Amino acid sequence: MSSSKATAETPRMSRDLKKMNILGIILISLFALVCVLPFYLIIIASFTSETYMIRNGYPLLPSLKNATLEAYQLCLKNPGSIVRAYAVTGSATVIGTCLAVFMATMTGYVLSRKDFQWRNGFSFFFFFTTLFNGGLVPWYLLCVRYLHFKNSFLSLILPLMFSVWNMIIAKSFMAGIPQSISESAMIDGANDMRIFVSLILPLSKPLIATLGLFSALAYWNDWYNCMLFISNDSMFTLQYYLQRMLGSAEAMRTVAEKSGMPLTSAIPLESMQMAMTVIATGPIVLLYPFVQRYFVKGLTIGAVKG
Amino acid sequence: MKKNKQTEIQVKLPFNKVVKRHWMLLLMLLPAVIYVLVFSYMPMTGIIMAFKRYQRAGGIYFSPWNGLNNFKALMIQGKLGMVTRNTLLYNIAFIFLGVVFEMGSAILLNEIVSKLFKKVAQSFMFLPYFISWVVAGAIMYNIFNYEKGIFNTVMAAIGASPVDLYNTPHLWPFVLIFLKLWKQTGYGSVVYLAAITGLDQEMFEAASIDGATEWQKIRYLTIPSLVPTMMIMVLLAIGNIFRGDFGLFYQTVKSSALLQPATDVIDTYVFRLLIDSSDYGVSAAAGLYQSVLCFITITVCNGIVKKIQPDYSLY
Repeated sequence: MSSSKATAETPRMSRDLKKMNILGIILISLFALVCVLPFYLIIIASFTSETYMIRNGYPLLPSLKNATLEAYQLCLKNPGSIVRAYAVTGSATVIGTCLAVFMATMTGYVLSRKDFQWRNGFSFFFFFTTLFNGGLVPWYLLCVRYLHFKNSFLSLILPLMFSVWNMIIAKSFMAGIPQSISESAMIDGANDMRIFVSLILPLSKPLIATLGLFSALAYWNDWYNCMLFISNDSMFTLQYYLQRMLGSAEAMRTVAEKSGMPLTSAIPLESMQMAMTVIATGPIVLLYPFVQRYFVKGLTIGAVKG
Repeated sequence: MKKNKQTEIQVKLPFNKVVKRHWMLLLMLLPAVIYVLVFSYMPMTGIIMAFKRYQRAGGIYFSPWNGLNNFKALMIQGKLGMVTRNTLLYNIAFIFLGVVFEMGSAILLNEIVSKLFKKVAQSFMFLPYFISWVVAGAIMYNIFNYEKGIFNTVMAAIGASPVDLYNTPHLWPFVLIFLKLWKQTGYGSVVYLAAITGLDQEMFEAASIDGATEWQKIRYLTIPSLVPTMMIMVLLAIGNIFRGDFGLFYQTVKSSALLQPATDVIDTYVFRLLIDSSDYGVSAAAGLYQSVLCFITITVCNGIVKKIQPDYSLY
């Protein structure tokens, strides 16, 4: 994208280009600021003592004087359930992401093969499911009654394993890989699966990084399937665990208020919620820097047809 | 497009020849085909539940028929019109403002010269996309809650009167639209940025030589070249125009009855029917109503687009 700005890097940058550059910097900075500000506030709040917050409300600026690790200590005092939630979420994310990326790229590759004359038919077979679906209830009953998803680890893997959207991204990307690569390998006698694994996949790193990130995010942030299918609290995902904890903290506060009991610094509910939020978001954010350089390249979209 | 297709496939092979030649490709499609059959096409057959009185023993297929009673029950509840209107209006706002924000920030990002700035700004803009709606809801609650929220702390500091967001339904459309844009723009802008990257750079250089200003290049080159991408994104969104973003509405509004008139969408409504009343027949009827509305909308819109400009149609 920067090659169009090749002239801009030379010292005599036109005034008009400069103006656009400055306008871009101002507007994008504003928006970027709005995007990070909440995170900043939450992180500060999670390190602030409850007594300070009761007196002054949430802090805007960090201050060492009121800093405390109390909230994190309380959250991790009894780490059993958090560790378990991390383990469930982590394993679902790793297993699920591998399967999801493999399915999307493999299907996308077949549909990108121009010599496969049924590819448009199959494309539409997949795409149709985004146009029409049976709705929540039949799907839910199918999963619960016939596939026995209740309290099964599969219910955290399967619902997110294949997405037509990811398949379309894969197909669009692979349509950009020269067909002659597949063709010449076929002449050499390689079969399609081999071509896909040893020729096409290595050329698709940006795609794999992009789809990997999407899938990992979908699994890491999943609370919906957990809410629908899991009632056994040793199998809660991190996000659902957080949702439950936020719910019960609210309930606790209402109970405390109703009983007329003064809120003391004994339970730092607010900062605990914040600390828990930070813990639940956690490592997934760290994935981004690794895939950022592939991102723009990996995300080409095209229509279903053709 | 059509012409290309015909020159590529010179001979149409008969069925058994295709199977023989491409059996490996078919095998590679098999997992996805089975998946979609089980998780998408099977539930489609389950829409008959909308016309049945669900019984545990009978399951989806063997429960007794119930005529249109499920739909009547839905009508009697009298909420369908409201949730449909909410879903539609929210989605129209999301689609329209989404395109403006995503395309706008992609174009602006492309105008910025400093690579480092671009990289950092993009990472920041992407951050909200990384969190779940649970976390987003928690963050929002802690910023806007009446007693201790950061927002009201600031309002008090500048001497303005505090806002009790969680008891003020008419503010919610703005809040929800803001949240959606906040979470989605970073991702959406990358889609457009990827499209800008793929554009022919010679076109821009030629325009510069001819003395075009930056604004003219954006107006007459960049934006028109982004139209195909925009059409795909918009048509895909229109296909879901009667589906609310469940996480957004469920995790931020929680189950506040006071806020429901302004925030209830079809998805949250169906979910409550399913969970609170366990009335499978009625919630299946609501789901069918939603699916049919979506299907009609996308079929009509894609048909219109196809008529005007076949290249931009989705299928």
